[in-house]
Amino acid sequence: MNFLLSDEQLALVDTVKALLRDKCDPVRLHKVFDVEGEARFDAELWAALCEMRIPAIMVPQAHGGMALELIDLAIVAEALGHAAAPVPFLGHALAALAIALGGSDEQQAKWLPRLASGEVLGTVAFGEGKSAWLPGEWQLSAEGGLSGVKTLVPNAAEADLIVVGVSEGLALVEKGTGYTCARVDSADRTRPVDTVTFEGAAAELLPQGKDVASRLTDAAAALIAADAFGGAERCVQMSVDYAKLREQYGQPIAAFQGLRYQLVKMALGTEPARGLYWFAAHAWDALPDKAPHAAAQAKAHLTETYLQVTRDTVEAHGGIGFTWEHDTHIYMKRAMLDWAWLGSPSRHRQRAADLAGW
Amino acid sequence: MELGFGAEYDAFRQEVRDFIAAHWPPADGNLKSRDNVRAFVEAAIGRGYMHRSIPRRFGGSEQQPDIGKAEVIREELSRARAPSDRIPGNGLVVPTLLEWGTEEQKQRFIAPTLRGDIIWAQGFSEPGAGSDLAALRTRAELSPDGSKWIVNGQKIWTTGAHFATHMFLLVRSEPDAPKHAGISYLLIDIRQPGVTVRPLVQMTRQKEFNEVFFDNAETPADMLVGERGKGWNVTRSTLKHERSGIAAMTWPLSMFRDLVKLAKEVERDGQSAIKDVRVREELAAIEGELLSIVYSTYRSVSLDVHGQEGETFTTMRKLYMTELAGRMGKLARDILEDDFTDMGGARLKWIERFMISLSMSIAGGTSNIQRNIIAERVLGLPRDRVQGAGA
Repeated sequence: MNFLLSDEQLALVDTVKALLRDKCDPVRLHKVFDVEGEARFDAELWAALCEMRIPAIMVPQAHGGMALELIDLAIVAEALGHAAAPVPFLGHALAALAIALGGSDEQQAKWLPRLASGEVLGTVAFGEGKSAWLPGEWQLSAEGGLSGVKTLVPNAAEADLIVVGVSEGLALVEKGTGYTCARVDSADRTRPVDTVTFEGAAAELLPQGKDVASRLTDAAAALIAADAFGGAERCVQMSVDYAKLREQYGQPIAAFQGLRYQLVKMALGTEPARGLYWFAAHAWDALPDKAPHAAAQAKAHLTETYLQVTRDTVEAHGGIGFTWEHDTHIYMKRAMLDWAWLGSPSRHRQRAADLAGW
Repeated sequence: MELGFGAEYDAFRQEVRDFIAAHWPPADGNLKSRDNVRAFVEAAIGRGYMHRSIPRRFGGSEQQPDIGKAEVIREELSRARAPSDRIPGNGLVVPTLLEWGTEEQKQRFIAPTLRGDIIWAQGFSEPGAGSDLAALRTRAELSPDGSKWIVNGQKIWTTGAHFATHMFLLVRSEPDAPKHAGISYLLIDIRQPGVTVRPLVQMTRQKEFNEVFFDNAETPADMLVGERGKGWNVTRSTLKHERSGIAAMTWPLSMFRDLVKLAKEVERDGQSAIKDVRVREELAAIEGELLSIVYSTYRSVSLDVHGQEGETFTTMRKLYMTELAGRMGKLARDILEDDFTDMGGARLKWIERFMISLSMSIAGGTSNIQRNIIAERVLGLPRDRVQGAGA
């Protein structure tokens, strides 16, 4: 037994991080964030990630994928979170996973190769407002054409197909079949979200959708948690680096015990929580009985931690940390979406308590 | 990454279960008997279930490090509420001796320590040397013939000194050397006329720690661990390897198990407290921190076993656990409500725990000292000029 990444996994992370250093530096990140009008993703960076076959990670080999595991996808999510990468990774990866888990042979053959290559963009629609996010809470029905509203759908406007959570399970809806997207003026401009209104859209059920819907949302929780860990770790590092550099009273502010203790608190909240997302992903891959609880705990704990760490990061930086030109607000807003998307930490803790049989 | 208990571990678990069933509870039903505990521990060492990282010739069972097996053993012992391999008294001396002791010291002390025949107290803190430990003033002088050390001075907050047989202590042996360089690490038999132990009463009403006075107490010259004047380095040897890692999770896990039980037992507003949304949510939040400890421990041990870099949790563990214990104590308070102050009632244990969690923030390096150490060693912040936590 061991709880370590393999050499291949470490190499995968290194490759992604190298790309992000090259193509997602803070200057570029701010440029994408500040784009005029509605938020957009960084098409060039996404193309480079597709080139690297990131969307193919969990797609079966028969459909042009790499047939790897959720832990592999999650460590990539951590790296993307670390760089606050403005790419449609989350929705796309989950759409591919949904079809790989629950799609018919025909659906898989039609969509997976193109999702794996990035030729088409997919996303998932879970939320229905009023904190209804999870399979048991989905009210929309695919019967006789899909109608109703889904909220906080990642990159729906750009997506070629949407995997929609419905009371019957999961349904595929293609672009141009009867829905409209309204981009939300969301705090997190690195990962735009839309309100999608379906008006009798042609929806095709995934045959195994009912059975795999919870697996899909557990995977989503693990990926969000991974993003949160990556972002939180980046914020701790950023704050520590700044404390060593910034001088006041003739010395680096890192010399002041008050600030040192704040930095320790941030690190103490972040570093030991890494294993929560690792375990959530690993359990999903190998220990299915433990996966739902692990996913709920990882999502609750890490997204709460991330948001707090971003607040602490502002404090550690002083005035500059509160400005638009600093990176901190980009991370805080990403932390806000991680916190809210798929349900708040409080809701996931209630779920963990239910799953523990309390 | 492989955390599944595969078929191999199922067989091992059954083996451990069968062993425990055959040996615990003991035949006479006396769970508190020291002889019974000792017999159980010895049998478990014989089977390779306890003291796994300690060589056989020193009384351990010398097993290959294996997180899975260590976890199975911990889980099964905990399930049966059987004795663990926790060393009576302060066991920190064992890894210290393994790393720094002479062959003779190892031979003489380790096995009896594991058996509980020798019980150690730690003599570090002094009235004038708490967080600033290196300011200690207890003196040790070599006798004119060089055969023994003569010790004079006072130690304080010495846990378990009233039942300990021996002490490992820091003394000033080189009075002219700079602060940290004048310290030596000695072993001494404290059942001798030159040593007086006076218990202190703590806020829980318990008497766990003591003042210890040395008045021309003696210990043979070869009871020096490490070199003269190098005692500071010796104290820095840390608990490593599988045993400390997995075993260190035992108390927070069992405290949490008790907390869940308490939340189920206590009734409020006509139902069990665990049905209260605030209690459920806080329990789940605490569980999130507890799981962070578990997974960080798995990772630390794995990194150690595979000789990989990047381990930081060991340095953070004490502070993390201290804060978690405080959080558990506070939730117990919120569950107990009216019963929270009754020290004569059935919930005394939780009132004690509420207080004892505070002692964790002091003993063995205060939480603020832990923060200093983390700031330097984990975050790489410049060394604090005044106190030099990691000196």
